[in-house]
Amino acid sequence: MRTDLHIIFSLFATSSRLQKKRAYLTIAAIAWGTVAILLLLAFGEGLKRQLDRNRRSTGENLAVMWPGETAKAYKGMPPGRSIRPRIEDVDIIRARMPELKAVVGELVSWRTAITYGRKTVNGRVIGVNWEYGEARKHFPQAGGRFLSPEDQEQRRRVIFLGDEMAKNIFGGANGVGKTILVNNAPYLVIGVMQHKTQMGMYGGPDANHATIPITTFRAQFGRERINNLVIETNNPDEMKPELKKLNEIMGAKFRYDPTDARALGTWDMVKSAKQTSNILIGIQLFLGIVGALTLLIGGVGVANIMYAVVKERTREIGVKMALGAKRRWIIVPFVLEGVVYTLIGGALGIIIATLLVALTSFIPIEHNKVMSFLGRPTLSPQIGVITSLILGMIGLLAGYFPARRAASVDPAATLRYE
Amino acid sequence: MNKNGSIIRMAEIRKVYDTGKVKVEALKGIDLDIHGGEMVAIVGPSGSGKSTLMNLVGCLDTPTSGEYELAGDRVAGVTRDQLAEIRNRRVGFVFQNFNLLPHISALENVELPMLFGGIVPRERRERASELLDRVGLGERLDHKPTELSGGQMQRVAIARALAMNPDIILADEPTGNLDSTSGSDIMSLFTELWQQGRTLVIITHDLALAKRASRIVEIHDGRVTSDRAA
Repeated sequence: MRTDLHIIFSLFATSSRLQKKRAYLTIAAIAWGTVAILLLLAFGEGLKRQLDRNRRSTGENLAVMWPGETAKAYKGMPPGRSIRPRIEDVDIIRARMPELKAVVGELVSWRTAITYGRKTVNGRVIGVNWEYGEARKHFPQAGGRFLSPEDQEQRRRVIFLGDEMAKNIFGGANGVGKTILVNNAPYLVIGVMQHKTQMGMYGGPDANHATIPITTFRAQFGRERINNLVIETNNPDEMKPELKKLNEIMGAKFRYDPTDARALGTWDMVKSAKQTSNILIGIQLFLGIVGALTLLIGGVGVANIMYAVVKERTREIGVKMALGAKRRWIIVPFVLEGVVYTLIGGALGIIIATLLVALTSFIPIEHNKVMSFLGRPTLSPQIGVITSLILGMIGLLAGYFPARRAASVDPAATLRYE
Repeated sequence: MNKNGSIIRMAEIRKVYDTGKVKVEALKGIDLDIHGGEMVAIVGPSGSGKSTLMNLVGCLDTPTSGEYELAGDRVAGVTRDQLAEIRNRRVGFVFQNFNLLPHISALENVELPMLFGGIVPRERRERASELLDRVGLGERLDHKPTELSGGQMQRVAIARALAMNPDIILADEPTGNLDSTSGSDIMSLFTELWQQGRTLVIITHDLALAKRASRIVEIHDGRVTSDRAA
């Protein structure tokens, strides 16, 4: 084995180098392919991370439910009955399902007049439980806060504004501490939401609505029936059983079949996140395949050049065989040569791609609509491993097939004539 | 070596080339015994089968049928790698067109069979320079073949053939590409080797050259037609 290695490396070291220009071109082809696959995968990874972040900006492990109509007959009652939960149902659910991280009711008033000084804008005002802030990621900008349990308990007239809405009302000025009118009732602005790029939404973007305590809303608008019910579980796996349990509780109260999916409209964000992530895996796979194909073309280039080399060196191979070279001593140096070109090209490609990816970090992303969805190309260790594996395989294959041709050289035929 | 001192023993050797459409019988039953210390010239017109015979003797190819013993060992049913090993240890080749590797030095060319033979680098180097010294190229160890004349290249090839101390030296038209002066130099070198007790088989159609051998074997149409002492 050690003699084998010694022989192979000696042969590799002394075998005639192929023409420089051809070697450079081949290495460039591999480098190009590597850059292509790395950039595509980096783009996919960036997209995935950004989408993930944007998705989480609505909230994690959430499900939203809204009033619906039964689709199944139940205990002698026909289908088509409206099921409209009320504010007190939020408390019932919280009491019966203490394992939930949050239970929030939403009461919505569309196109509500919001006035500040002489300026009036129409917008959505939502009455919510105080837990809404954490669950739905309504984080206040510096100097403000979200609704508190006390606000809710004491039915305070306080309001938390989405950042877009705040901008519409106050322009660039800070709104916290100002008093605005909601349908002519005065409210104190206690906070403005931090900017976020939101993927999942119902009713509209969070940036465009204002939230007030649910108790205050009820007092001012005189409504009892909730528009949305939001629940949050502690981890994604709990969502399915919790939804089932919730329908059993509500089904018993409102007398509908707990398996009736239409009684309460449901958006299970955990489920859609899973679908999104499957789509993303698909996208990444696609990008990876496109990149791999590009790299493969580089590999074909290496194989091509190695075939040419084998042809050029047929007599050299024949001579070595006549002098007693075994098959593997012919094959392995050729494979090694293919691998070396591939690895040099691959290393170059990795350096170039890393530099390019590093350059994209100078593109501002926060206030760029396109970039805030696409995210920033990101190289991960997995991408490195995948690319290296593909490179290694291509190098081996590109060297192996020409080398096999080399080993099939018939020394008797090659030696006698020029 | 077996008891009667044969280095090469061929009995009823046939070689058929199957080109798919036609079968060409290049050798039609060759019986040949070459003893240690002989210098045998194999002569014959082109197409007579002497190249095929040389390939078989040199273990570059295997016969279709018949018995072949090289230095007492039967050459039959062996793998390509085993054949390579036999060539490495038992046969030293000298070719008409030298077949030196052009991009490595004379010294490295001579070292090559020893590399395949698993001889350690220092010993290789010593033996290679000793051999090159012996063929009169002690001053040109580091020259590439392209920097040498034809006669010098053939000397390197002979040094290479001697590297593994083989049982036979097999030369195929060794003077074919040389002018008459270098050709006769090479022949003198062969004669010298013979006098030192080496066994040589030289394939040639140069009768002047053949006459310097101890024995001349004539091949015609795949058969031995004459076998006589020179």
